[in-house]
Amino acid sequence: MTKSLMRANNLTAVYAADSGQDVPAVDNVTLELPEGQILGLAGESGCGKTTLGTALAMIANPPLYVVAGTLEIDGNEINLSTLPKNANQVHRPYRGETVSLLPQGAMNAISPTLRIRDLVVDVMRAHNGSVTKADALDRASDRLKMLEMPTRVLDSYAHQLSGGMKQRMVTVISTLLNPALLIADEPTSALDVSSQKALIEMLLAMVEAKIMRGVIFITHDLPVLSMVTDRLAIMYAGKVVETGRTEDLVNNARHPYTAALLSSVLDPTEDTRTKHVLGIPGSPPNLGNPPSGCRFHPRCKFAMDVCSTTEPKMLSEGDHDFACWWAKEHPRETIPMEVTHA
Amino acid sequence: MTEIVSAAVAADHSTPVLSAKDVTKTFKVAGGSITAVDNVSVDFHAGKVLAVVGESGSGKSTLARMLLRLMPVTSGTITYQGKDVTNLGGSELRRYWRDVQAVFQDPFASFNQFFSVGHMLKRSLRLAELDKGTEDQLIETCLGYVGLKSADAMHKYPHQLSGGQRQRVMIARALMMNPKVLLADEATSMLDASLRVSVLNVLQELRDNLHLTVLFITHDIGQACYLADEVVVMEHGLVVEHGTTDEVIFTPQHDYTKRLLADVPDLQGSLKTRSWEPGAPAHVPPPAKDS
Repeated sequence: MTKSLMRANNLTAVYAADSGQDVPAVDNVTLELPEGQILGLAGESGCGKTTLGTALAMIANPPLYVVAGTLEIDGNEINLSTLPKNANQVHRPYRGETVSLLPQGAMNAISPTLRIRDLVVDVMRAHNGSVTKADALDRASDRLKMLEMPTRVLDSYAHQLSGGMKQRMVTVISTLLNPALLIADEPTSALDVSSQKALIEMLLAMVEAKIMRGVIFITHDLPVLSMVTDRLAIMYAGKVVETGRTEDLVNNARHPYTAALLSSVLDPTEDTRTKHVLGIPGSPPNLGNPPSGCRFHPRCKFAMDVCSTTEPKMLSEGDHDFACWWAKEHPRETIPMEVTHA
Repeated sequence: MTEIVSAAVAADHSTPVLSAKDVTKTFKVAGGSITAVDNVSVDFHAGKVLAVVGESGSGKSTLARMLLRLMPVTSGTITYQGKDVTNLGGSELRRYWRDVQAVFQDPFASFNQFFSVGHMLKRSLRLAELDKGTEDQLIETCLGYVGLKSADAMHKYPHQLSGGQRQRVMIARALMMNPKVLLADEATSMLDASLRVSVLNVLQELRDNLHLTVLFITHDIGQACYLADEVVVMEHGLVVEHGTTDEVIFTPQHDYTKRLLADVPDLQGSLKTRSWEPGAPAHVPPPAKDS
């Protein structure tokens, strides 16, 4: 495998609840991203994807606390649990230069009363107060030219741009400082398929041009992920349950949760016309009081006795890791999809 | 631009439940006007799901708003059960709203956060003008259609429900009016894949069991493929293609439909055709569109 760009070790992040009980939204997660690659982070709503992104971007603010975990990135090893509790006091270059976060719905955060170029200047100045307006704008327009986007967008107001263009602009702005790692949280979810495709192609071009050296792409949309990512990590109830090369996960899911997510995908194919997908019964667990053993066992068709008592350990088959008792007993067997045909 | 209507759809002579004829909507803007929906004619047949697909800004939601009579038409007529409803008002319009119900995209925005599900459902029932005694029974039945139990759901507040549950409560609310037509405007877009499937299954069952007519608006052709009987493709306010789901999705005629289909990411095709690999020669992005 190529050199690793980022490695998060044993990361645990909790929300402090009023009741005094901590809710661990990310529980002992270890994640690795090789240099120059895109890692997809998938799972249902509420499984901890965004919390993990927030912790990795070092902008955890109360009531979210990172209680354990280290981040090795770009030669640095950062102990995430000892960072200042107020994210504004975190060493500024870590944020935006080492790791840049493109939050969910970022395109709606563009000020309606400022032109895009004012945002560019603000972002650049936040990191280097001595940057002149002209330098900041030069940098942005060079970047846009490189990505074959019209530079006149810089003179526009947010309402003059389509959703797809706004999302591409915030993506460009969030990477102006050439971060080592970009964390993009649901960047395509509010866009229609054509704008999604344009954004994905731009992201791939940016990685190609080494504007950033790795991307963590968070979404629940598996088809988008399979188009853009090299590797996937599937999260369930705060834990990573399966990780591996995208092709391996899509074609040979080894965790029943991954298989269930994959079976819920509706491609416009003849198979979709006749199939009846059951979805995943039940709903994700309350993270304050997760089920014993494997957290997916109450919703799993393959659950055995051991699943409800003992938490499965991460197993490896080559470059493909998964935590499932069924998979342990059935080596190299793809999980059957839960689909019936009319 | 010519509209492509398949022979199978054109040959369906049964009387439609709801139909739009030459409906146009023009918005005045500074320095001119924008035609959001341009001379659109669509028939909705009983017990069928008709999907309207197209990208953002193609006029899908504007069409739905006019059909719902939430927005006046600039020209054209809307006919419901053979009666012109284009300019209904007062009690007649309220009666129309009992028969034609809607579910919108954002299930959180459609709730008052300070009302419990039960309170919200009972308020909605005022439109149905029912006796007190039958209300609880009706709520129970309608929550049952969408796989919820009133004992579990009634006392909960919107933030205590998941996105999929909220959207199912919204569908139950619409069903309480015993509607003939349900308009679902991107009703599943904000849900993740497994919840989305469960809501689509609910719509499918309602069509099959209650003979409900559904207008399903989406930008996701995959969902239309799973659910719809007929598909209408809209671009810039115009209907560019209209046919059965199989015809439109598997043998698209119009270039725009073909492009929409080509842009859909899928699990296998994109893996096979992916041109980009780490360290591969420079990827050339297509000319960016600025709209």
